Amino acid sequence: MQCGPPNAPCGRWGGEKILEALVYLCGFSAIIFVLGIFVFVFKEALPVLTNENFSLSQFLFSSDWYPTSESNKRYGVFAMIAGTVSVTGLAMVIAVPFGLGAAIYLSEFCGQKTRETLKIVIEFLAAVPSVVWGFIGLTVMSKLIVQYTGAPVGVNVLNGGIILALMSVPIIVSISEDALKAVPDSYREAAIALGVTRWQLVWRVLLPAAKQGLLAAVLLGVGRGVGETMAVLMATGHAVHIPHSVLDSVRTLTANIAAELGEAPAGSDHYRVLFLTGVLLFTITFGVNLIADTIVRGIRRK
Amino acid sequence: MNPFPATYRRIFLPVAIAAVLVVLAGCKPKSSGTAGTSGHSRTTIQNKGSDTMVNVAQVWAEDYKQLHPNVDVEVSGGGSGVGIAALIKGTIDMANASRDMKPEEKAQAKRNTGKEPREFVVGYDALAVYVHKDNPLTEVTHEQLADIFAEGGKVTKWSEMGVKMPAGQDEIVRVSRQSSSGTYEFFREHVLNKRDFKLGSRDMNGSKEVVELVASTTSAIGYSGLGYNEPGKVKMLKVSPKTGQPAIEPSVATALSKQYPIARPLLVYTLGEPTGEIKNYIDWILTDAGQQIVERSGYVPVRTGTAKP
Repeated sequence: MQCGPPNAPCGRWGGEKILEALVYLCGFSAIIFVLGIFVFVFKEALPVLTNENFSLSQFLFSSDWYPTSESNKRYGVFAMIAGTVSVTGLAMVIAVPFGLGAAIYLSEFCGQKTRETLKIVIEFLAAVPSVVWGFIGLTVMSKLIVQYTGAPVGVNVLNGGIILALMSVPIIVSISEDALKAVPDSYREAAIALGVTRWQLVWRVLLPAAKQGLLAAVLLGVGRGVGETMAVLMATGHAVHIPHSVLDSVRTLTANIAAELGEAPAGSDHYRVLFLTGVLLFTITFGVNLIADTIVRGIRRK
Repeated sequence: MNPFPATYRRIFLPVAIAAVLVVLAGCKPKSSGTAGTSGHSRTTIQNKGSDTMVNVAQVWAEDYKQLHPNVDVEVSGGGSGVGIAALIKGTIDMANASRDMKPEEKAQAKRNTGKEPREFVVGYDALAVYVHKDNPLTEVTHEQLADIFAEGGKVTKWSEMGVKMPAGQDEIVRVSRQSSSGTYEFFREHVLNKRDFKLGSRDMNGSKEVVELVASTTSAIGYSGLGYNEPGKVKMLKVSPKTGQPAIEPSVATALSKQYPIARPLLVYTLGEPTGEIKNYIDWILTDAGQQIVERSGYVPVRTGTAKP
């Protein structure tokens, strides 16, 4: 029997084939899953789009969310889009400088021992479950916010933003640290040979060289922020309301799905609109990724 | 030379295959509990629904377990709407609800499972209106509540109610419930007269959370079950059914005498006439022992006089 190179035993070669097929399957499973999820979510949402009581512009631009009204059902998620954007935006305003700063310190300024300790602690920050973050927001942070800002309620954009920032900092730090580490040492040596200071080295050489990786880090942080559910559900106050300041309570798209999908009778308009909200979230993250991809490609071409 | 030595492969391959098999096995639908079958074997009753009732349902389940060790009652909350939705799907045996099942929900359950839902009144609850302990307000009328909570209602500031709050705290912080809650639906139907809620209220996920948020927020007002009162942290307002009529204090006695305007039945729904262990369990809930638990949890028992502690 002939199966493979002449001096290789048959069994070994067969195993190789199976393994290859398995790895191949694993590689493609990601595509299958993403497509499957999208098809399923879209299929559940689709019927409502053709329903005459439903208008897409109302869904996107109205902030009247009355899914269970007895007289006049209205499905407008604009307030929740504003909620998601405000909480994620605030989180990024806090997390990006902190995350990038920490990454620069870790990769360029600190000693071996400090780095190891800090990395362990930062990774621990990533291991805290989101419901625990939410609980901290609800009990500890909300009291502090009421005490120091005089806000009537402590569960608001500020609270959710800080909690989300704490959750996305570990991602931003570890990915941007990798990006900085990936800059070849020859760049550093060349810069130092030219007599630059450490700060100039970071600002003029390393940051431009690691741009792509740093952007990826920030966008992954944004993705985390948009998709996070449990912590923001607990920390933002869950009020359908377009925020006018960081001390207002909001509701995010994800929190709304989590809170309402359980009660919505399967197949009802309410249920389908919640799935449509899922499609909207999908589109937002897809858009973010697409923008990131385009920017990264643009940088590459230069 | 070989980056992937044969010994590794010999171990790795079976492990990988085993892992795939385990994952596939995990996908198989689990067989549900043997609910409803009486006999000596163990029986599990799935019970889900109202957050208002979740505490009392838990005590029922625990006490019943002491008497009948072979019956497990699994209780979970989520809101009346969640329980009713699960009953319609036929995934649970008993739904707890602090509101009536709507006609279309009953029809849907019948269509899905072929069985008509059966309703049992297992107690009553007075819905209390809570404010912060430092709020000087002591009573509120039905109309005022609607003005505060309903869409189009005019009242948004405490000064409009004649209440003087510290500076900057004049805005009324409305604390409400998520829309799957029976308390939410009951309040909408009976206090707002089926009008919608004003948007922008803080919608909490449980009866207890409402009281907790009110306790920590000076300018808040919220509604929750009588059983969730925390004396010293929050204050229950007296409610008058109409402007000009005397305000009634929420209590077990005033709820029983029907003087207190916002009281409601606590309900349990089953699919069809219950049989076997489910029937025994509901019968037990309606005995003195079960009804004493209702009263101890701060609610109103079904029969007057039978459930004196």
